[in-house]
Amino acid sequence: MNAKGKVFKYGDNVDTDVIIPARYLNSSDPQELAKHCMEDIDKDFINKVRTGDIIVADKNFGCGSSREHAPIAIKAAGISCVVAKTYARIFYRNSFNIGLPILECDEAAEKIQNGDEIEVDFDSGRIVNHSRNESYQAQPIPLFMQDIINNGGLIERTRKKLGLS
Amino acid sequence: MAMTMTQKILAAHAGLDSVVPGQLVECKLDLAMGNDVTAPVAIKEFEKIGVKDVFDKGKVVLVPDHFTPNKDIKSAEHCKMVREFAVEKEIENYFEVGEVGIEHCLLPEKGLVVPGDVVIGADSHTCTYGALGAFSTGGGSTDLACAMATGALWFKVPSAIKFILKGKPAPWVSGKDVILHIIGKIGVDGALYKSMEFVGEGLRFLSMDDRLCIANMAIEAGGKNGIFPVDEKTLDYIREHSSKPYTVYEADEDAEYDEVYEIDMSTLRPTVAFPHLPENTRTIDEVGDIKIDQVVIGSCTNGRMEDLRVAAGILKGKKVAKNIRVIILPGTQKIYLQALKEGLIEDFVKAGAAFSTPTCGPCLGGHMGILAKGERAISTTNRNFVGRMGHPESEVYLASPAVAAASALTGKITDPAKV
Repeated sequence: MNAKGKVFKYGDNVDTDVIIPARYLNSSDPQELAKHCMEDIDKDFINKVRTGDIIVADKNFGCGSSREHAPIAIKAAGISCVVAKTYARIFYRNSFNIGLPILECDEAAEKIQNGDEIEVDFDSGRIVNHSRNESYQAQPIPLFMQDIINNGGLIERTRKKLGLS
Repeated sequence: MAMTMTQKILAAHAGLDSVVPGQLVECKLDLAMGNDVTAPVAIKEFEKIGVKDVFDKGKVVLVPDHFTPNKDIKSAEHCKMVREFAVEKEIENYFEVGEVGIEHCLLPEKGLVVPGDVVIGADSHTCTYGALGAFSTGGGSTDLACAMATGALWFKVPSAIKFILKGKPAPWVSGKDVILHIIGKIGVDGALYKSMEFVGEGLRFLSMDDRLCIANMAIEAGGKNGIFPVDEKTLDYIREHSSKPYTVYEADEDAEYDEVYEIDMSTLRPTVAFPHLPENTRTIDEVGDIKIDQVVIGSCTNGRMEDLRVAAGILKGKKVAKNIRVIILPGTQKIYLQALKEGLIEDFVKAGAAFSTPTCGPCLGGHMGILAKGERAISTTNRNFVGRMGHPESEVYLASPAVAAASALTGKITDPAKV
């Protein structure tokens, strides 16, 4: 499975309050949340983003609150994948639990620039930068996480475990 | 193999003799908690799973505390959904507005968490209960849905950082200053994916309210959990608040730690985190002239009885600075009542502060104290991210109740020793 798209590049410590400000958490509708995704650090994000595009950031992406609304807003905005040096751990859990693939890669985070066209192969962890003719190797997605993704997220995996599907 | 306190608790709840860092384990849960922001998403996911009941009606806790009393129609709809779910599933620990408190103040007070428990909450500050010698961490709404359905959840066993606390903190130095100092030292990702274990002879100088405050902000250093050993103070607290059976776990003496820090609390000064990260700390002596528009005293970090007593001690018989908005929120209704009995509410109101019922409201820019463009607040809360308390161009400075109360009197960030 691949993701391919244009990059929106951000720095260190992009927190969940800027991914989706709490003033919009009175909704849990993904499309409603997506309208305000990233607006406190990048007002143009939601106007420019196209389905399939990719967010690349530096360290500790998604730090702060446990709001699952953050990866939900990113996914509903059309983002196909996030690549960062590291993630805050609750954001990491939440992303996989709702089926938003995310990868860790220092080199990609350092070399990829805003607007680059990149392609990510989830199976191998290979990231190809078409704009710069470069490629980078991400940490492959751990086996247990692949199990959750292959089951269609944590809910479906739980249904299977309980013998409900 | 030698284990940390956290590793021992996880091993016991996974039915294993031992675990190692990085190992994936599925643990039985003693408690699963959600609030009015995270539970609605979890309830929708729970319905998709297709089970009829929650795994244990006594072990699911639902606390509508963020946007309550309902701030608008959308919030009211969310709370209604949580209430209906709680009634239908016969959840024993659902708290309506007259008995609710801020979740991380309320659960310890109600005796719902005891030493040795494994607790998951769909709220990042669930790490607070590590003060009671429990393993406690935040997850998301899908985690909560699966936890409510099965009573179990997967965890990756964390490695740990040890913080050896020594010395007696000076007057006006509290648990808040200790944890802000630590976050300033190691950074907002300094403990990413790891346990923060707080030990040392200095613990005897830290009250349970101090410890709850310190464990509460472990997440602000990226920590998976913060945890304290169980001592006489912990057991006194448990005996007063809970009748649940508990188990005391101790770290092995030869347990391995990624890093060990020694913190001499006697050298610490009141500490302030500048915008827009909790790691941007300065001592009160380095703050300079920072004028403020609003003061918030409360939250899951500093909304406990001692916090209100410290603030009242500074504000009593004085007046807050002109044109400064001071908002004080107790953590729970029990704390509210105690503050009433002790006359603290009268002290606050006479000083010119607003005193509200418990809510998370202003901490996350929800309601009850939103900042306009360009405004500054000093707050005893836990995050000062861009837009956290309102307009994206507003600013939040994090500090202890003592610094916040002193600042309320002068209108600028002030050393409590100087008022």
